[in-house]
Amino acid sequence: MNNEQLLVTPNPHIKDSTSVEEIMWTVVYALIPAVLAATYFFGFRALLVVAVSVIGAVLTEYTFLKIRNKEIVINDGSAVLTGLLLALTLPPSIPLWTAFLGSVVGIGLGKQVFGGLGYNVFNPALIGRAFLTASYPVLMTTWTVDGTSTATPLSQISGGELVRVWNLFIGNTGGSLGETSALALLLGAAYLIYKGYINWRIPTGMISTVIIVTFLAGANPVVHLFAGSLILGAFYMATDMVTSPVTKKARWVFGIGAGLLVAIIRLWGGYPEGVMYSILFMNTTVPLLDRYLKPKTLGVVK
Amino acid sequence: MSVLTFKKGIHPEYHKELTKEKPLRDAKRPQEVVIPLQQHIGAPLEPLVKKGDHVKRGQKIGDADGFVSAPVHASVSGEVKAIENVRTPSGQKTLSIIIEADEEDEVDESLKPDKAVEDLTPEEIRSIVREAGIVGLGGAMFPTHVKLSVPEDKEVEYFILNGIECEPFLNVDNRMMIERSSDVVEGMKLMMKAAGVKKGFIGIEDNKPRAISNMKKAVEDEANLEIKVFETKYPQGGEKMLIKAALGREVPAGGLPLDVGCIVNNISTAVAVLEAVTEGKPLIERTITITGEGIMEPCNLYYRLGTRIKDLIEEAGGYDGDPGKIILGGPMTGSAQHSTAVPTVKGTSGIIVLHKESVAKFDPKPCIKCARCVDSCPMSLLPLKLSDLSQYERYDELDEYDVQSCIECGSCSYICPADRPLLDYIRIGKMEDMKLKKSSQ
Repeated sequence: MNNEQLLVTPNPHIKDSTSVEEIMWTVVYALIPAVLAATYFFGFRALLVVAVSVIGAVLTEYTFLKIRNKEIVINDGSAVLTGLLLALTLPPSIPLWTAFLGSVVGIGLGKQVFGGLGYNVFNPALIGRAFLTASYPVLMTTWTVDGTSTATPLSQISGGELVRVWNLFIGNTGGSLGETSALALLLGAAYLIYKGYINWRIPTGMISTVIIVTFLAGANPVVHLFAGSLILGAFYMATDMVTSPVTKKARWVFGIGAGLLVAIIRLWGGYPEGVMYSILFMNTTVPLLDRYLKPKTLGVVK
Repeated sequence: MSVLTFKKGIHPEYHKELTKEKPLRDAKRPQEVVIPLQQHIGAPLEPLVKKGDHVKRGQKIGDADGFVSAPVHASVSGEVKAIENVRTPSGQKTLSIIIEADEEDEVDESLKPDKAVEDLTPEEIRSIVREAGIVGLGGAMFPTHVKLSVPEDKEVEYFILNGIECEPFLNVDNRMMIERSSDVVEGMKLMMKAAGVKKGFIGIEDNKPRAISNMKKAVEDEANLEIKVFETKYPQGGEKMLIKAALGREVPAGGLPLDVGCIVNNISTAVAVLEAVTEGKPLIERTITITGEGIMEPCNLYYRLGTRIKDLIEEAGGYDGDPGKIILGGPMTGSAQHSTAVPTVKGTSGIIVLHKESVAKFDPKPCIKCARCVDSCPMSLLPLKLSDLSQYERYDELDEYDVQSCIECGSCSYICPADRPLLDYIRIGKMEDMKLKKSSQ
């Protein structure tokens, strides 16, 4: 009997089949309804913005990995996801080179300089968006529906105009590609929560906090829920595994904290929208939250 | 029917169907057995025989003075061929007695009960259990007489028999409960008498309906015994999980079930105790599940201790295809073997043969902090953090994260989508943390 071929490794000897790639690509697929909705409401150009942004992200990832002499892992889906998420935060009229540049910065400064997948502190897509917002504020706030310029619902609120909630919900309104159709975003999010690939505590904490605080402040919580990028941010960005907490308690605090910041920025800040900054800010608190909000170890009395 | 459970854990594929309906049968007596002189937690034994001696089946051939030790016995009659160092399933070389079996299979005269069971005092039962070399047959191989000796200052409320068998593939406890339910109960009652415990229950996972119904029948007339049914989930059979699920009590860190008024023993151990007390039979055989896609005829067997695993694989019809990995015990906590020449020991409850293609490979990728390990750790630890601290040699921080509470169930490594060998790093961390604690004392 030939035993030389026997593999000897420590236990366990069986493994769950879910992989990082599977998780990343599933999130990408879950965003397809949102991309379709954006294409429907904003036309073919929306698809073009998505494509350019994704290509920019993947190319940047490839270049950095090559320079860093690392295994080329662009098929793991994480760069595609970053490009896609960034695109969904951009206005449909954005010049294509701007979208490309945002992706380059997002992957380059937001992810690869930290050491690549798993090591970044901030959500890479939001780093890309933050860069564009700071560098090209006019391009980033020009909104069109059916080719006509409009104010976004949130800037309309500031102007005191009424917005029809149903249009907000299905997405027939001005805004960034992916922040308009709450319905499409929620469809994908429901699937991801069912699969266990995004955590429900963070979006629940974030959204309910926004609703409660805006209601208490006398604003219309329904508008705050469906207008702007709250749903996109809460379900797809605040839940980014790498940059959000791992413990249950920390996730609640992270979500509630982000929600509070959104409400504060929107109601009393200088910007009409605060989702991006609130998530980026909460990203910095993650190591601390995880450390001090650990679950109680079974059998340990503190 | 409501089932009991603990928080977190995992749901691996169980593969129990391969041997679930296969009745236990006797394996062929091997030509040769190898009896290691250390197959329990505690002091190693001294050989009581020498090369060339004739031994009879059941004869004591190794013993030690230490309280925490259990003697070993010849599992066949025959001649002592050698006493030498042999690699055991743990991977270590251990002094072992090699016996060549003869045809007679002669039984040692000592194999008869001392006196009527009813007349035995608790001390006498414990001493029979000790002399019979009985250890925990779930795999830990802790001497059973030690477990049954309750310290003066401890009060034991529940005697728990663990029939959970949450490891995938294995069916030995399941078959024991199906086929010998009344023996299980009789053995349990003897153990309870030995330990001086009044109340007890048997825990079974809900994927073993026949075992549940047979055991329920067997305790029908026992006012102080009951069957508790648990969710099928790994590691439900860990004693800390079992106690938490059944009673809501937490075994204190670094403590024992005794600290929360419980004693936990394995199903097969109870049957071994019964046989030792009523027949005078020492622990010279036990049950095993031989299974996996790489085995021709998966089966459940009684086998003589010390049988080499190649003989048992042959008994199960040999290999089906090329073996890629051979695991002793269950796939979650068992140990992979270099060679099929290794002997079985008292804790060997399974042989699983996997094909090369289906052997889990760990090709580690960066951690994406998905927290699946956090959500499955039955001890509520942060495996990703412990593994990281250990990998980057930040050993002094491990204690803050309760590294010593890890029960090494392997759920974290199992669930990790980045294929990180979390448990391997945590084990290193546990050792380094111990070193630090010792050096600071």
